[in-house]
Formats: sequence, C-alpha cells, structure tokens
Amino acid sequence: MKIVVPLKQVPDLVEDLDIDDNGISLDYEYLKMKLNEFDDHALEEAILLKESDGAEVVAIAIDGDDVDKMLFTALAKGADKAVKITGADPYVDNHALAKVMADAISGMGADLVFTGVQSAGDRDGQLGPIMAVHLGAPSVSVVTSVKVAGGAVTIEKEYSGGMMAEFDVDTPAVLGIQAARQTPRYAPVSKVRQIQQSASIDEVAAGASDGAASSSITKMAHPEKGGGAKMSSDIDEIVAILKEKGVA
Amino acid sequence: MGDILVVAEHLNGELADITFEMLGMAKSLGGTVNVALLGGSDEMVGQLGVAANVYRVDCGSDYNPESYSAALKAVVDAKSPQVIMVGNSSMGMDMANTLSAQNGLPMAAACKSISGGGNTTVEAGLFGGKINVTSDLGSGACVVTVAAGSVSADDGKADGSPATESIDMPATDGKVRFKKLIMPESADVDITAKDVLVAIGRGIGSKDDIEVAEELAEVLDAAVAASRPIIDAGWMPKSRQVGKSGLKVKPKVYIALGISGAPEHLEGMKGSSTIIAINTDKNAPIFDVAHYGMVGDLFDVAEELTEALE
Ligand SMILES: Cc1cc2nc3c(=O)[nH]c(=O)nc-3n(C[C@H](O)[C@H](O)[C@H](O)COP(=O)(O)OP(=O)(O)OC[C@H]3O[C@@H](n4cnc5c(N)ncnc54)[C@H](O)[C@@H]3O)c2cc1C
Repeated sequence: MKIVVPLKQVPDLVEDLDIDDNGISLDYEYLKMKLNEFDDHALEEAILLKESDGAEVVAIAIDGDDVDKMLFTALAKGADKAVKITGADPYVDNHALAKVMADAISGMGADLVFTGVQSAGDRDGQLGPIMAVHLGAPSVSVVTSVKVAGGAVTIEKEYSGGMMAEFDVDTPAVLGIQAARQTPRYAPVSKVRQIQQSASIDEVAAGASDGAASSSITKMAHPEKGGGAKMSSDIDEIVAILKEKGVA
Repeated sequence: MGDILVVAEHLNGELADITFEMLGMAKSLGGTVNVALLGGSDEMVGQLGVAANVYRVDCGSDYNPESYSAALKAVVDAKSPQVIMVGNSSMGMDMANTLSAQNGLPMAAACKSISGGGNTTVEAGLFGGKINVTSDLGSGACVVTVAAGSVSADDGKADGSPATESIDMPATDGKVRFKKLIMPESADVDITAKDVLVAIGRGIGSKDDIEVAEELAEVLDAAVAASRPIIDAGWMPKSRQVGKSGLKVKPKVYIALGISGAPEHLEGMKGSSTIIAINTDKNAPIFDVAHYGMVGDLFDVAEELTEALE
C-alpha cells in the first residue's frame, strides 16, 4: 500500500496576521509559517497505518521557503520518501494547487492520498476533493478513522453532534483527514538533522497549470472590533457579571 | 440575477439548520430560489416553502459522497443555476468541491455573506477567523459554501408545497459504499443542558491542568466543555466537544479559557447568552463574539475566579 501525503505550510494563527499594502493578500514577509495542522494529522495517520499494516509513505510539497525542513521532518517522523515540486508557487489557491499536485502524484501509483481536511486559508475550497477529480479517484472529507484489511479500505467520516458514518472505499482514493487516531508525533531536532545528513529529497518539475476557473480576492481586512467584547482586567468585574447573570 | 440552487442538507432523516440559513440568505439575493433535495423525504419538501422548485434525485436516504455528488451534478447540468449554495459542512465539503472541479466552476468556501446582481461577491472569515476575505466570483455560474450560523435560520423557514421535479440518478462507479451510521456515544454529562459551561481550549496545555477548569466549574455548578483539539488529544470525551462536529450549546454563561475562537468552534457556542473569554492573545477571534473579555493567562484568571467565588 502506498500512501501519498501532500503537505502545505500556512501562517501560524497564534501570531498577528498583517495584510499587505495591496489590501488583497497577507504580508508574508514577517509571517511565521508552520505545517498545516490537519496535514500533520494526515501524515500521522499514514505513518500509523505503515506501522500497523505496512505501507510506503511519501510526503510531497511545492518547493518554497523552509520546505526542505518540513520534508526532512516528515522523514524523521517516519515517511519513507520526500518529494518536492519545483517551479510552482507555494501560495496558489487550492484549485491551482490541486492541479499541480495531481500532475505530480498521478504517476506514483498511490493507493491512498491523505490530505488535511482543510487548511487555514482555504478560500476557494479544499484541496482533497478537487485533486480527486483530477486523479479520477473517489474522495471523502472529514475522515477520522482509516482501516486497511487485505487491500480493502474502511473509513469513518464525521458529521455533527458526534454522529459519524462508516464507508468502504475502493483505491485509489483521496481522503481528507480531520484527525489521526493519536496526537501527531514530534520529531526532535537532532533526529531531523540526522536525517538531513543521510536522506535526500526527490525533485519533480511542476506541470503546466490549466487556467482552472477561479475567483479573485477583492479585499482582505481584519474583522471589525466594534461589536466585540467589553474588555476587563479586574477579576471582581467578572465576579460581578456572574452574580448579575444569577449563576454565582 | 440567475437562479439560485440551495443544496438541502439532511442527516438522520431531518433537514439541518444550515438548509434554512442558506434559504434565508438566498431569498435576500433576489433571484428565483430552488432547492436540490438529494435523497431526503416527502415530509422535507413541505418544509421548503421558500423554494420555487424542489429538484429531487433518488440517490438513497443515507449520504454517500460519490452518489450525492453525482446527483448534484445531474441537477446542476439539467438546471444551470447561477449560484449553487452548499453548506460548509462535512457533506458540503465533498459535494461543493467535487462539483466545482468537475464543472470548472469558480468556488468560494466558508462564506458569511453573499451578494448578487452583476457579479457574485462573497465574504468569508478565513485564517481561523482572523481575516475577512472578499472574493469576486464573476457573473457566471459559481459554487459557494456557506458557514453555519452566519444568519438566522428563521428567514428560511416556511411550510409550503413547492413544485417538485424528479431528476434521474446518473450511474456511478460505486467506489464508495455506505455501511452504517454511527450514533454518538452516551455522555456522562449533557453539556447542552447546563446553565454554565467552563470551556477549555488548547491553551490549557496539558491534561493534568484541566483540574484548574474543573475547580472553577465546581464553584459555578458548571460542566467542563472543550474545543476539538482537547478531544482529539483524548483528554476529554467527545460528548464534551463544542462546535461544528461537536455539540451546539446555548448556556446562560459560557466561559472560554484558552480558546482562539475558530469559526468551527464559534458555530457551536455563539448562541450563548453571555460569553466571557480569557486569552493571552488580544487579537484572538473569540473576543469578537464574547460579551466580556480578559487578556491574560487562563491559569491565573481561573484560580483567582475560583478563589473569589468560593
Ligand atoms: C471539519 C472541521 C470540524 C471542526 N469541528 C470543530 C468543533 O466541533 N469544535 C472545535 O472546537 N473545533 C473544531 N474544528 C477545529 C477548529 O478549526 C480549530 O482548530 C479549533 O477550534 C481550535 O481549538 P482551540 O481554540 O482550542 O486551539 P487554538 O486555535 O490553538 O487556540 C488556543 C488559544 O489559546 C490561547 N492561549 C494559549 N495559552 C494560553 C494561556 N496560558 N492562557 C490563555 N490563553 C492561552 C492562544 O492565544 C490561542 O488563542 C473543526 C475543524 C474542521 C476542519
């Protein structure tokens, strides 16, 4: 079983996000980037399947700042192979990204492609199901469990209120992973350094983008603070509010 | 303005609120509002009084990403709507993206508002709710997923008997097969029935530290609820999760400790009567929906509050 996991860096949401002077994009210059949280879960689930059932795990990403480090970290965690796609913009929208990824992945013989269910800046939709259309494969989003038995894949998809459904899925398939069975593992820096000495990252050139129908951003803004919270720095004030509401 | 197609969402035999929220939103756009009822029941048609037409496809009563996506494509190909509205939900994510890619339609996700007349423009709260992004989808057909809770469901609720039309279910490859619905595990505490919730997020840092929230909850006769990462980490049972894939709660008082306020969390708690948020990040989106806020360390605040209330 071969599992390919596309990885993407997104802004760390705990930081302040500045908007570029052009008003239609983030100012990436000082932005702290990190691996998309749900991609980390996708990678973890792939590595867990490798450990439990045997699989080859391939991490793939578009080349850009710090991408080598992200891919070496994936190798340190347990991926077998890392591939970087050169000559494409890592910040393109998901319709374009899906095309580039599908081109790179289509010849790999993947049985499963695990994407993060979504990523922080998903303006034009989610990568997984769009890529699946290009790959001619079925897709399921919001997956919280993947079981493989003798080549058959059984998954759980989450709805709301704790309700879920179980499906059997034929391979190759694209699954949007919401959460791995366990918290994604951490790769110590020493191990990443060690891998950097011994392993290498494969490179493939990006295929032509197909000018997929897209929409354009006309404005980016921070939400207005006007309707927001009344701020306090005094515990007694909070106590007073709780008393006023009749709960304390 | 061309026709608007709202994709009705239903789960376990009932129409979901997002269906009515989208209908309300669609109504205000000014075009003819039609509904795609994929699977679903006769009884549901009667609740879709806002729609001029209900297009029905017999794709099975249980949702299946493959067959429901094929059914939606059949409706869109037959009826050529301008704006296709789908819930930004677990099911909607499958269907909307697939349709957009298959039919080459521009798409915008997680929209809070939409306006038509000429080009379709939408606003979405992205990057965990920290940035509002306005997109122009052009004047042709487009796909929009709508964030739950963006508008009230009331405007979209009307009994009636809209005209119905059946559209043939196209053949599919049967690569995805529905097995069963899995119902939620039973809960030790029903967080939807509590007057006060002390909700913790990733800011709590470790399982052991949940104690701090439990102590505060005890003096307030509250239950401890949590954001998704706490549940995913296995620190609390799923029955305590508030949000999109968890429960919707409306307590008298919701105290959010170390929760950033991602749209998926807000979906589950913004109907609370009073929201008090404590966060070290003054720009955390939770402060946009909270009524009262405090910038600070949750451990200090929770301990001081517990002491003051004891
Ligand atoms: C399909 C789907 C469904 C989802 N469903 C849900 C759902 O049902 N419920 C849900 O909650 N999420 C859900 N999510 C996840 C959601 O997108 C967010 O990832 C999640 O809500 C973030 O949780 P958080 O606020 O606890 O963590 P974070 O976003 O990491 O925020 C932690 C916050 O704690 C603050 N903090 C850190 N230390 C301290 C301290 N000492 N004192 C005070 N503050 C501190 C930080 O400033 C930060 O704001 C869903 C996502 C998807 C894709």
